[in-house]
Amino acid sequence: MSYWFRNDNRLPQGRLTIVSYFIVGMVGVLLLGFWKLQVIDSEKYSSMAERNRVRYIPIIAPRGRMLDRDGVPLVDNRPSFSVLLLRDDPALAEKSLPIIAEGMGISIDDLRDQLNNAKNLPKFQPIVIKPEASNADVAFIESHRSDLPVLEMISVSRRRYLPGGFMAHAGGYVGEVSEKEIENSGGKLRPGDFVGKSGLEREYNDVLMGTDGLQRVIVNSVGQEKGHLPTQEAVPGKQIQLTIDYDLQQVAEQSLGARPGAAVALDPHTGEVLAMVSHPAPDPNDFAVRISGEDWKKLNEDPQKPLLNRAIQGQLAPGSVFKIITATAMLEDHNPPESFTTYCPGYATFYGRQFKCWVFGKSSHGAVDLHKAILQSCDVFFYNVGQRLGIDRLAYYGTKLGLGHRTGIDLPSEEAGNMPSAEWVERVFHRKWYAGETISVSTGQGAVTTTPLQLARTIGGIAMGGIFKQPHMLKDAQKVGEERFEISEPTVQKITDAMYGVVNEGGTGAGLKLAGIEFSGKSGTAQVIGYATRERFGKQKKFEDNAWFVGYAPRRNPEIVVAVLVQESGKHGGEAAGPVVRDVIKAYYDKKAKRTEGQYTAEEKHDNPGRALRPVAAIQHQRVSKSDGQESVLPPRPTSTAEPR
Amino acid sequence: MNDGPGTRDYDWWLLAILGAICAIGVVEIYSATHGSSLAGMHWKQVRWLVLGAILMFVLSRIDYHLILDQAWLLYLLGIVSLVAVLLVGHTRFGAKRWIPVMGEFLQVSELVKLIIIIWVARFFAEVRSDDLSLQDLIKAGLFVGVPLGLILKQPDLGTALVLMPVLVVGAFLAGLQWRHAAIITLAGVLLIGCVFFPPVSRHILKPYQRDRITSFLHPENDPKGSGYQLLQSQIAVGSGGFWGKGFGNGSQNQLGYIPVRYSDFIMSAWAEEQGFKGVLVALGLYMALLLRLVQNAQRAKDRAGMFLVMGVAAALGFHVLVNVAMVIGAMPVTGIPLPLMSYGGSATLFVFLAIGLVMNVRLRRFVN
Repeated sequence: MSYWFRNDNRLPQGRLTIVSYFIVGMVGVLLLGFWKLQVIDSEKYSSMAERNRVRYIPIIAPRGRMLDRDGVPLVDNRPSFSVLLLRDDPALAEKSLPIIAEGMGISIDDLRDQLNNAKNLPKFQPIVIKPEASNADVAFIESHRSDLPVLEMISVSRRRYLPGGFMAHAGGYVGEVSEKEIENSGGKLRPGDFVGKSGLEREYNDVLMGTDGLQRVIVNSVGQEKGHLPTQEAVPGKQIQLTIDYDLQQVAEQSLGARPGAAVALDPHTGEVLAMVSHPAPDPNDFAVRISGEDWKKLNEDPQKPLLNRAIQGQLAPGSVFKIITATAMLEDHNPPESFTTYCPGYATFYGRQFKCWVFGKSSHGAVDLHKAILQSCDVFFYNVGQRLGIDRLAYYGTKLGLGHRTGIDLPSEEAGNMPSAEWVERVFHRKWYAGETISVSTGQGAVTTTPLQLARTIGGIAMGGIFKQPHMLKDAQKVGEERFEISEPTVQKITDAMYGVVNEGGTGAGLKLAGIEFSGKSGTAQVIGYATRERFGKQKKFEDNAWFVGYAPRRNPEIVVAVLVQESGKHGGEAAGPVVRDVIKAYYDKKAKRTEGQYTAEEKHDNPGRALRPVAAIQHQRVSKSDGQESVLPPRPTSTAEPR
Repeated sequence: MNDGPGTRDYDWWLLAILGAICAIGVVEIYSATHGSSLAGMHWKQVRWLVLGAILMFVLSRIDYHLILDQAWLLYLLGIVSLVAVLLVGHTRFGAKRWIPVMGEFLQVSELVKLIIIIWVARFFAEVRSDDLSLQDLIKAGLFVGVPLGLILKQPDLGTALVLMPVLVVGAFLAGLQWRHAAIITLAGVLLIGCVFFPPVSRHILKPYQRDRITSFLHPENDPKGSGYQLLQSQIAVGSGGFWGKGFGNGSQNQLGYIPVRYSDFIMSAWAEEQGFKGVLVALGLYMALLLRLVQNAQRAKDRAGMFLVMGVAAALGFHVLVNVAMVIGAMPVTGIPLPLMSYGGSATLFVFLAIGLVMNVRLRRFVN
């Protein structure tokens, strides 16, 4: 044994005690650290632990369907798969990108962009990298279940619209929610949600859109599923029944054909919209998934403006259809008196300027009274009436009869049109009203603009004796607005007699006669798109002739009124737009006859409400020949006997 | 010598505390691994514990003076084996730390820790004055510095750091003068400052060590690195709350969010499942263990025994401090296990051998 340690028992007891205190202090400090985490901040860490362990996979609620007034599905859903990229583990997601890009045929840059865009979203929220998975994609994901835990497939229901742009504008379309919409939703909407972007889809989005559910999967640290928590089920959106009549809509779509224009059919008693067509129409199925920026740009920049719902957004000079308003004003104001006649040589001169009648150069109308003036649409007669009435009275009646303000239809972005007045030029152009402008306005030219919907409501309302119902598209609308403007019985009598004559007594709509139906109406032909446009474009061919026809039946208290606009037709209203109106009205009466004979039962279509929407034969966008007979064959309609898809 | 100590002279309180800590460790290792591919790990740990206990009793029977006699030989042996491990050692997880012994890989540096405790005890026992001279202090520093540098080279920052408190506590008890203490403290602060100051740390730390420090300071920049590990550990601890989620119920633990939950972060798993009350028990046991060690030092027969016991206390205390501070996110990830709770063969053997030294000193407190 060595000697070096012997008997050295000088122990530093004081310093050993200090070390003891240090040990107690150290443990105390560590306990404080645990106290902070486990007691003070425990809730925060509990929720973080919860977010770690639970992966949220959305269950997309299907949107509600849209049915026509008889229960025929107009818009429904089809099943589809979406591919989600889970981002709980950003490093793993990033690492998997090249394999995913190759396997699913998505460019890796595109994937990176999507990941980057989602950077600010909570990590537990997956992003959709392929909204519409192909069979090959499904196979790819299934075969890579174990090595690509970041991929997940969910079943979604995609909007299915009738093909060929059927009712595309009124129905609208859905799209991925924008950031602004998310902000305005007050937390209801989340990125990646699909919402209605236009038309009824947008107007009734809150009804149609359900509440998405959540599947809560327990995952381990490498993303493998370890179990499930109770699922929060999705609440499907509610279906809505429209006032649209599938058959009338179909006839209107086909009859208008490929020509740019619009058609609106209303029931003036109720304000129900029976058909609403605008052409050209996009196929909303194209953007039911995800539209590329390029395609969207193309649609937006198309000079034909396929995204414009001409039925409520096309603001055009009504042309001679406006003469009904001028005539109503004349009869109600007795200025000039009812017996007023004038001689039409094909033109007239006011304030040193020559105003042509539409027959100028071809013939003349000769001596004209009100009845003949409406039948023959004599401009010279109404020039004179307008000059006597003055712009104030014309503007008064125009406004009261429904022009210059929105009809209040349940569709977004309706335009108001314009009913010019002295006050209006003062306000907008800071100048005085020129007396010559009154002459133009009295025949629906100049600064007067209307939408097809407005004209349908106005003419229908006048034929109803001054009751203007708010047009609407929801079958069981709760409150339907109504405007009343008392028109005296003799006035209504004379106006409706004249409009009956337009079709049935050799007027401008003489070729449109329907046997056994009191089809009445008024044609119009406007040479320009609008006041300002004319100034800019002059007389380019592109803006020649907007053909109008507004028709209804029967001649008093009509059941249906149809306004049709055909743009750039180069034909007069009676020729170009009239046949469309006639086809729709004939279809209406055909169907009514069938229904009363018991051949048509709505029940047969109601008995299978769960069936999928069946595509109808694509609408042939062909010009409707002018000389076609009175017969218009109903196109095939979807029935319950047909196979889905 | 063999006629000396009997079983009554063992520190049974100390052994009871150790047993309790080991039991907690085995239970939590079972909870952390039973549902995974590592299932059965607790049995392996029990084997290490049994082996460790046997070695502890064997070591306690050899008079520590005999061991201290061979301090310099052991020191040289330690240096040689550290050099050897650098030359021919087995590389795992990017570090050369292991050499194969009897079919298992042993970390040489664990053994070196023990040797340094012995060497430091011997060195300071030989200092005769009441105040430690600067000369002796520097000498001690240099001799500890050599193995420390070799361990850093492996690289194994954690184990290297453990040598520091052994030296510091030894020097303190050997009569470290306050002004020297001040200078050392200043130097220590400067060193830590350098480690955390990128322009300097670039030259002295390995990239992965710098990463750990950066992610400790800015965990949000490193969602999946060691900052993530710290955060996951904090989430586990915090979500445990006061009462804990219950045995086998910690989601952070069971679903593998806690990094190496059966080893370095076992305290995190324990805290999640047993809550603050469990932490109170575990840290209470560690405190009792350390205080019991100090008490043994106070009752040692001579300075050499006191230094030996306090070297063990310093090393174990440092392990507890650094590991637990890491678990609650107050220190960067250093790879220092929690004595007797963390799974690990070499580390477990080290602790038992170290306690064996303590027993050794205790057994001989009344005999000459």
